[in-house]
Amino acid sequence: MMNLAWVVPLFPLGSFILLLLFGRRWKQRSAYVGIAAAFLSLLLALAVLVDRLGGSTYEANWTWMTIGGVTLTVGISATALNAWMLVVVALVSWLVHVYSQGYMAGDERFSTFYAYLGLFTFAMLGLVLSPNLLQAYIFWELVGLGSFLLIGFYFYKEEAKAAAKKAFIMTRIGDVGFFIGMMLLFWQTHSFDYDDIFRAVGDGTLSPGMTTLAVILIFIGAIGKSGQFPLHTWLPDAMEGPTPVSALIHAATMVAAGVYLVAALFPLYEASHAAMMTVATIGGVTAIFAATIGLVQTDIKRVLAYSTISQLGYMMLALGAGSYVAAIFHLTTHAFFKALLFLAAGSVIHAVRTQNIEEMGGLWRRLPWTAPLFLIGALSISGVPLFAGFFSKDEILTAAWTNGPRLLFWLAVAAALLTSFYMFRLFFLVFAGKARHHEDAHDAPASMVAPMLVLGVLSIASGYMQTPWFGSFLGEWLTDGAYRHEAAPGWIAVLATIVSFAGIFLAWLMYGAQKMPRDWLSARVPYVDELLRRHYYIDDIYRLTVVSLVSWISRLLTYVDRFLVEGLARLAAGIVGAAASAGSRGQNGQAQTYGAVTVAGLAILVVIFALTGGYWL
Amino acid sequence: MTLSAYLALALILFCIGLYGALTKRNTVIVLICIELMLNAANINFVAFAKYGAHPSVHGHVFALFAIAVAAAEAAVGLAALIAFYRSRKTVQVDEANSLKH
Repeated sequence: MMNLAWVVPLFPLGSFILLLLFGRRWKQRSAYVGIAAAFLSLLLALAVLVDRLGGSTYEANWTWMTIGGVTLTVGISATALNAWMLVVVALVSWLVHVYSQGYMAGDERFSTFYAYLGLFTFAMLGLVLSPNLLQAYIFWELVGLGSFLLIGFYFYKEEAKAAAKKAFIMTRIGDVGFFIGMMLLFWQTHSFDYDDIFRAVGDGTLSPGMTTLAVILIFIGAIGKSGQFPLHTWLPDAMEGPTPVSALIHAATMVAAGVYLVAALFPLYEASHAAMMTVATIGGVTAIFAATIGLVQTDIKRVLAYSTISQLGYMMLALGAGSYVAAIFHLTTHAFFKALLFLAAGSVIHAVRTQNIEEMGGLWRRLPWTAPLFLIGALSISGVPLFAGFFSKDEILTAAWTNGPRLLFWLAVAAALLTSFYMFRLFFLVFAGKARHHEDAHDAPASMVAPMLVLGVLSIASGYMQTPWFGSFLGEWLTDGAYRHEAAPGWIAVLATIVSFAGIFLAWLMYGAQKMPRDWLSARVPYVDELLRRHYYIDDIYRLTVVSLVSWISRLLTYVDRFLVEGLARLAAGIVGAAASAGSRGQNGQAQTYGAVTVAGLAILVVIFALTGGYWL
Repeated sequence: MTLSAYLALALILFCIGLYGALTKRNTVIVLICIELMLNAANINFVAFAKYGAHPSVHGHVFALFAIAVAAAEAAVGLAALIAFYRSRKTVQVDEANSLKH
């Protein structure tokens, strides 16, 4: 079935095209087209995965074009990583398609929503099948386009419009880095193929300095897409999009593309210690940085957005610490539990029609399905033992301890504490306490609950692919048996457990039992609270530096355009106009004037002829 | 020398015709001046046919043709002039100016 892997992305593409053509007529029935396409993709992706489990990598390339001596190819490559990502993406995409049928019901642009979902899924599936950088870059940009369209889905809202533009521009800044890095590699190796580039690193065609430069530039692309510090500010704003979109794009798939890219180029990163340190540092810093901001957010989706940034930081840290397996493992479990959390948050928003957690409370009884599922997601992300998040986070902490700098390990532990704290702050504020004027709040329809149930099961079960007790199936398979489970000190798992329970307990004290005043910290150090509430002033710094600089330049260029360029254009037009009106004044209807002009012209010709002897032409 | 005299005559005749054609306001005079220019050309034809580098009868024949065509042209021109006079009640050439910008 692996030779049919190229068909997997075509189903959502077909759904996109069909819905663009007939969506207006099909209206609410458009959902079935999208769901069916995503389901077919999932089935085929599963078949590819099963095939890959027993077999080896399948790769097929077709010539795209030949320029000079260079042949560009397109193709598919079903490595273990690609086959795995294919299933994760197809699965979450299908669940989100199903969920959206309930969540988006009644929306005027329902079919457009499904069309965009199809486009995005196509791009994402194409990205994880790419065997070369150029193809990956094309799909990388298409994914960005899908994200842009879906964030700006409610384009009549100013914030949504601004958020869509911000997401597009900020990820583009990263993409410029990606592009330059890609071109550097091409310049040195004359190939975009992953395999050729890895070979070039191996045999020394690619100098160490160039490798470091190129992979750090490519990592800038990953920073942009995965919302890492300092290009993270678009991700919280992207929450203006519909909630299923946040679950699919801004939790499970697109933002994980940066992690995937680094993982796909892992042999290249491994060749450069400096690049690995950069990845680990950016990841570790982002993990703690975003977690602290998550503590004070009051918008349910923004808490989850900062949590996503923080968890992606974890994955980057794992990659930087050399544990490719831990990163992909956490990517997978995170895709499930974070998608679950977002879908549950969507269900809450659906029920109470607000996103402000201060206005919620006491929803446990009113949402009998959503609330326990949200709890499962929260327990999983907090790293409570026996849930998926525990195993993957443990794996990352082990990697950070054994290979990374000590400081990053402790940062990751601190981030784990903050994670369980802000997740349960969210949980207690939304579901515990006394109910507040949401008398009519009721749980979501079955089409929304069912995908959450599936994700709930996966948020527990997906952890058992790789545990210290039952063997490390995922790791061995991803690395073709080369994986050795690091002899992890047992105290790391114990520490992680303590930290996660400590965070939950603290949240319970403050927001559940309310035995501790909520402003315990903010009353003592108000400036820290202010700093967190303003997101470390990052947005303000950008507004004052980059944005104002660019708008200043653009204002300058406006004047250049208006007075210089437009002036030149107007001058040219004026000259032609003046010549025309002068000419038309000569057109006075007097045959004798015409005759005189003709004779004068003839006389001039004769004079020229006489002077030059007729050879002047 | 003889040739030059003829050519000079033709030149003078042509210039008189040109001057009249470009300056006179009466259309009949303009037509007559055009005839003068044509006949200046005819003199050249005949002069070259007789005294040119390769004397031949072609020049004479061509002059006869030109006279015939000029007669036809004068007939057409006068007919157009009469039509113009009927519609505008004038024969002034500078009043035939409806084809302007």
